[in-house]
Amino acid sequence: MPKRTDLKSILVIGSGPIVIGQACEFDYSGTQACKALRKLGYRVILINSNPATIMTDPEVADATYIEPLTLAFAEQVIARERPEAILPTVGGQTGLNLALELFDAGVLERYGVELIGAKPEAIRVAEDRELFKAAMEEIGLQCAMAEVAHTVEEAEAIAKRVGIPTVIRPSFTLGGAGGGIAYNLEELREIVANGLDLSPVRQVLVEESVVGWKEFELEVMRDLADNVIIICSIENVDPMGVHTGDSITVAPAMTLTDREYQDLRDISLKIIRRVGVETGGSNIQFAINPRDGAVRIIEMNPRVSRSSALASKATGFPIAKIAAQLAVGLTLDEIPNDITQVTPASFEPSIDYTIVKIPRWNFEKFPGTGRGLGTQMKSVGEVMGIGRSFEEALGKAIASLEGGYMDSTGLSDAVLWEKIAAPTPDRLPALLEGLVRGFPTAEIHAISAIDPWFLERMEDMVRAERRFEKGKMPEKADLYAAKRMGISDIRLAKLIGISDTELTKHRENLGLHPVYKRVDTCAAEFESHTPYLYSTYEDEDEAGESDRERVVILGNGPNRIGQGLEFDYCCCHAAFAVREAGLVSVMVNCNPETVSTDYDTSDKLYFEPVSAEHVRAVVHREQPRGTILQFGGQTPLKLSHRVGTVLGTSPDAIDICEDRRRFNSLLKELGIRQPEGEMVATREAGFAAASRLGFPLLVRPSYVLGGRAMAICWDEFDFKAGVDEAIRVSDQHPLLIDRFLEGAVEYDVDALCDGEQVHIAGIMEHIEEAGVHSGDSTTVYPAIRLSAENRAEMEAIVRRVALHVGVIGLVNVQFAVQQGVVFVIEVNPRASRTVPYLAKATGIPLAKIATRIVLGEKLKDMGSLKPWGEGYYFVKAPVFPWRRFVGSDVLLGPEMRSTGEVMGVGRDFGEAYAKALLAAGLVLPVTGAVFLSLKEADKHEAPAIAEPLHRLGFQIMATRGTAAVLQKAGIPVRKVWKVREGRPDVVDLLKNGEIQLLINSPLGRKAQYDEAAMRRAGLRFGVPCVTNLQAALCLPAAIESMARGERRVVKLQELGEAGG
Amino acid sequence: MARLLLEDGTRFEGEGYGAPTTRVGEVVFNTSLTGYQEVLTDPSYHEQIVVMTAAHVGNYGVNFEDAESEKIWAAGFVCRSFSRISSSHLATGTLQDYLHESKVPGIHGLDTRALVRHIRSRGAMRAVISNEDLSEAELRERIFAWPGMEGRALAGEVSCKEHYTFAKGNRGRIHVLDGGVKRNILRLLAQSGCHIEVFPADSPAAEFGVGCDAVLLSNGPGDPASLTGMIREVRSLLGKVPLLGVCLGHQLLGLALGADTFKLRFGHRGGNHPVRDIETGRVEITSQNHGFCVDPKGVERAGGRVSHVNLNDGTLEGFVHDDLRVICVQFHPEASPGPRDSAHLLLQRYLHFAGLT
Repeated sequence: MPKRTDLKSILVIGSGPIVIGQACEFDYSGTQACKALRKLGYRVILINSNPATIMTDPEVADATYIEPLTLAFAEQVIARERPEAILPTVGGQTGLNLALELFDAGVLERYGVELIGAKPEAIRVAEDRELFKAAMEEIGLQCAMAEVAHTVEEAEAIAKRVGIPTVIRPSFTLGGAGGGIAYNLEELREIVANGLDLSPVRQVLVEESVVGWKEFELEVMRDLADNVIIICSIENVDPMGVHTGDSITVAPAMTLTDREYQDLRDISLKIIRRVGVETGGSNIQFAINPRDGAVRIIEMNPRVSRSSALASKATGFPIAKIAAQLAVGLTLDEIPNDITQVTPASFEPSIDYTIVKIPRWNFEKFPGTGRGLGTQMKSVGEVMGIGRSFEEALGKAIASLEGGYMDSTGLSDAVLWEKIAAPTPDRLPALLEGLVRGFPTAEIHAISAIDPWFLERMEDMVRAERRFEKGKMPEKADLYAAKRMGISDIRLAKLIGISDTELTKHRENLGLHPVYKRVDTCAAEFESHTPYLYSTYEDEDEAGESDRERVVILGNGPNRIGQGLEFDYCCCHAAFAVREAGLVSVMVNCNPETVSTDYDTSDKLYFEPVSAEHVRAVVHREQPRGTILQFGGQTPLKLSHRVGTVLGTSPDAIDICEDRRRFNSLLKELGIRQPEGEMVATREAGFAAASRLGFPLLVRPSYVLGGRAMAICWDEFDFKAGVDEAIRVSDQHPLLIDRFLEGAVEYDVDALCDGEQVHIAGIMEHIEEAGVHSGDSTTVYPAIRLSAENRAEMEAIVRRVALHVGVIGLVNVQFAVQQGVVFVIEVNPRASRTVPYLAKATGIPLAKIATRIVLGEKLKDMGSLKPWGEGYYFVKAPVFPWRRFVGSDVLLGPEMRSTGEVMGVGRDFGEAYAKALLAAGLVLPVTGAVFLSLKEADKHEAPAIAEPLHRLGFQIMATRGTAAVLQKAGIPVRKVWKVREGRPDVVDLLKNGEIQLLINSPLGRKAQYDEAAMRRAGLRFGVPCVTNLQAALCLPAAIESMARGERRVVKLQELGEAGG
Repeated sequence: MARLLLEDGTRFEGEGYGAPTTRVGEVVFNTSLTGYQEVLTDPSYHEQIVVMTAAHVGNYGVNFEDAESEKIWAAGFVCRSFSRISSSHLATGTLQDYLHESKVPGIHGLDTRALVRHIRSRGAMRAVISNEDLSEAELRERIFAWPGMEGRALAGEVSCKEHYTFAKGNRGRIHVLDGGVKRNILRLLAQSGCHIEVFPADSPAAEFGVGCDAVLLSNGPGDPASLTGMIREVRSLLGKVPLLGVCLGHQLLGLALGADTFKLRFGHRGGNHPVRDIETGRVEITSQNHGFCVDPKGVERAGGRVSHVNLNDGTLEGFVHDDLRVICVQFHPEASPGPRDSAHLLLQRYLHFAGLT
């Protein structure tokens, strides 16, 4: 069937900020969808609150709205743009939920908008567990025995019927949020109560436990002509019981006979038809009893998903792109396969390699929460290894984790067995170490339920390692065998007791280099026209030659807190710019969720670990003009001395900024102020420095990411704890101890430098005062509290530093201003996290321009770099995963813990701030009661916060001390007990729904326990909680804007049209 | 060290697996990700050395249920990595033992992707697979002593030697001419309630073509054009009894109608080939295993109409001749291994065509 001609414009809903369970795979799928629809001639309208995405680049859609993904704002966009259809299936759960909301509220009917891809009925059947189960029974399929409960009592009764242990799954929550496995009734009650809270429809599924069964996923696609194909099968190494997002997974499925696999295939076809997903991709999960082959349907996602992104990267079949084409009526046989060019998309990919996905966790950032893995997803990113065998793929996936992989050699056998038995992030390393020590695979299987086939393969890896001895350089044959098992140079070097640099050199001297094979969807049956490559140690190389010069771009590896989508955005832009410059862009990355690992993004894609070994091999093969490091965050910077020619800022210049001693002497030389500080190597030296500097102090380890183990120490007690933790984390590197600039306002400045000239791209102001990690700060552009003198001084400093250091490309400088005095906090000689946000706020494609500079162009040849959007404010707000790490406090600090960001655009600061908070999920009240509890130092500001709120009609509540200050200022206030002061206390009032907003600047250690209880209660009952004085001071402006009831939406492209 | 030597001199080394022996055959590749036991026991792979493109083979062992005939027919088995162990509740043994007992050599650890790309560009060719300590000259000699696939009449070698009853049923009576029939064809027909009689490939039409509601010509190995006896017998039945065909059977029907067959460069072997069913317009993902193809022009000249087309390369995948009551497909509706999208042909359409309701 040809494409539909009754549709002219289509609204695509993005997935919003990066949160656990919904990450940049939806930037990948959304971008593909937008590009595909536009290519078919449709006008594409996009709504997504996340400015760090490629999809919100003004070139990707015809009309781009960076607005909160809420009913009201989506309706405004629809009213303004009048699309005929909405594609709700590429924006994750958020996209589906918003589409359903629009449908239920009658918006779609009112504006005559059709849902394409999945109809409301289909979405409901797939998403509502009761309907889904009934539908499955109707077609003769069995789900895990389960019933729906709306109360804890109902849940208990059901558990008695299906048996304990019992799995609890809340309906309509992201990534299984709030779910869990209950091994006793008490646990059951706890999990159910929490799950009911989190479920927007207050229902949970109480389910028979299939823990220990094998877990499989199939990616299915269907077109309007009812052709159905399977794109990929995925098998989980971790059996049932661990969320698939937290499982190590393998494609293709390894342990199913053809009969079993075809059974799953037939079932999948039946399910997609019964659920009624008319077109597009779906993901179906199965549990199979390893003893008798019994099959249970676990769930179905009627949309593209994290797994479909993985399947796309695993096979080369672009599921989201094809899904978008199918949604507008094309059929699979009408769409050509990009890679073979001669065959149609109506086929099932066959692959002649194996992929292994390993999740990346950040538990260390959430103390107080257990490391256990269960039905609720906890990982923040993932890597994929591709190899010609499972072993090689696993080895490369481990290498891709960049040492985010625990060393288990020091653990006792007993501890290892424990770690093998109970799923945590430590299971794989423990398992491999167990195999090294000769743990029998049969016993490992018995205790972990991991399939013997996987264990056998891992044992092969360990066996290959046994040929390496301390102090003996390996023979070529042994080395070749180990490399074929995917064992990294780092690992081998460790076994031999040399540095990985030496091992790599030895291997290269032996002439042992990998060859590159293509991911081609068809196991080599047809010629591949797309250089999507992976390394392996075999005979034939297919990388192919290019007659134009190559430029290698290093990606940022797995997403983690502190290094995520923002950097992928920059890498993609670098690839676009290299291509536009007429050169061959060569991308190296190992993160399957990203746009950068879409074979469409670069001319050549090497799906490889971003490690010295693997990058050197790519450089050896490609012989590029050079390698660009500055867009992939901290990961590529670490490789600056090992990848040959670096394009852009030189390795030495990078060192000046990264090496504290060199940096300090540079600032001294230039006469630039920084907070007083010292570098110390020992605990004792730390205390001496502390007494010299005086409190408060900021303690941080060097060479860490996202403020890991950074702490503000108000006194010696804090300092003791802070120093110990920092020493533990810093791994021999010195500690930095700086005077903490209390009450300062921080600024992020991104700038471009070509060696001769500097362009200040923008000065962004943090709303919260110093002490909150820049990635966790709410940020406004343009700055609202910055004096002209300070601005001029910052600009001058950036110019001086950039030119002096020799920055070629992007540089980020962080400042703090304390009582009108400007301090430099740090200089990052690379693209920063704020680049995409600033690019959206100014309309200047910073990463692209930086790439052109890196390639040799000059700023003066760039034309006008005048920002757009004069008269607008752009506020970036962070999003936190608190709800997944129960037990950890919601307080902001110098260690970054946000997973993603949103942007609010407004005509005044209040509007932009309100929209940003709303987009981040913080629904500000416009009436009701506000509770204030400020620490002593902040109390004088209480009236400034309370007065406007009082004026807006809020009732003001406060604790004793704060109330006294307010009364004195003549503001009516109701006194409320703190926790443990008397009843009813603030938590009681929260529970009763009498408080709509919490403002609490923490008192410090003593009262922290009680305050944390209050903040947690706020979280639980959905009452927004602001813990920072400066943020609180800004709130009234936002609330006032909300109260005005305006819902203005801003089209990004019109900022440009307005002439900016 | 095990070796795979091709007639053009290309040489691959790997690790031996299966039986410590040497065999010659035509080297072909199969892109199925699962179903190696079905492949090995499919008589159509007689005298072929099969390269599985899947990275890992043997993982789930072997079992009684998944054999498509009573033995392994493939001459040799090649893969990137064979499993030592079997991991499945269904397994009754390992692939290693299975090959060993059947005296079939295997080789793994070689760059099978390079091998497949070589076959793709140069075509399927003669090869020798050896797990023995033989000189290269000796191996080469063996290759050239083997006549190759073109012009080879092999159906008789794999066919049953005597007629037998596969299943009793009352939906109608189907005679299967066994050119190397896969069990699942018989199973599906039996499942539909038919009475199934199986005849050796060299049976005269007077035996297998009478006293039944339809004749099904099965799949099988070799060059169809060389099966002159079978073609003659089949031709004699045109218009007299409904003739159903699968794979080799389809080719024989094409030849009987006067169409030509030709050899594909490297054939279609796998479980992911899209075929359009012209009647319904639907695309079915099919199981395929053929090195020869029927020229559709000849079929159309004879008054037949194309019913199925391969969407990858446009080759003929099935035709119908309404007047002569011929219906056949080139691919494998019985799957085993592969997708079951087309099972309805054997379960319904063929039977309806033959007037069995």
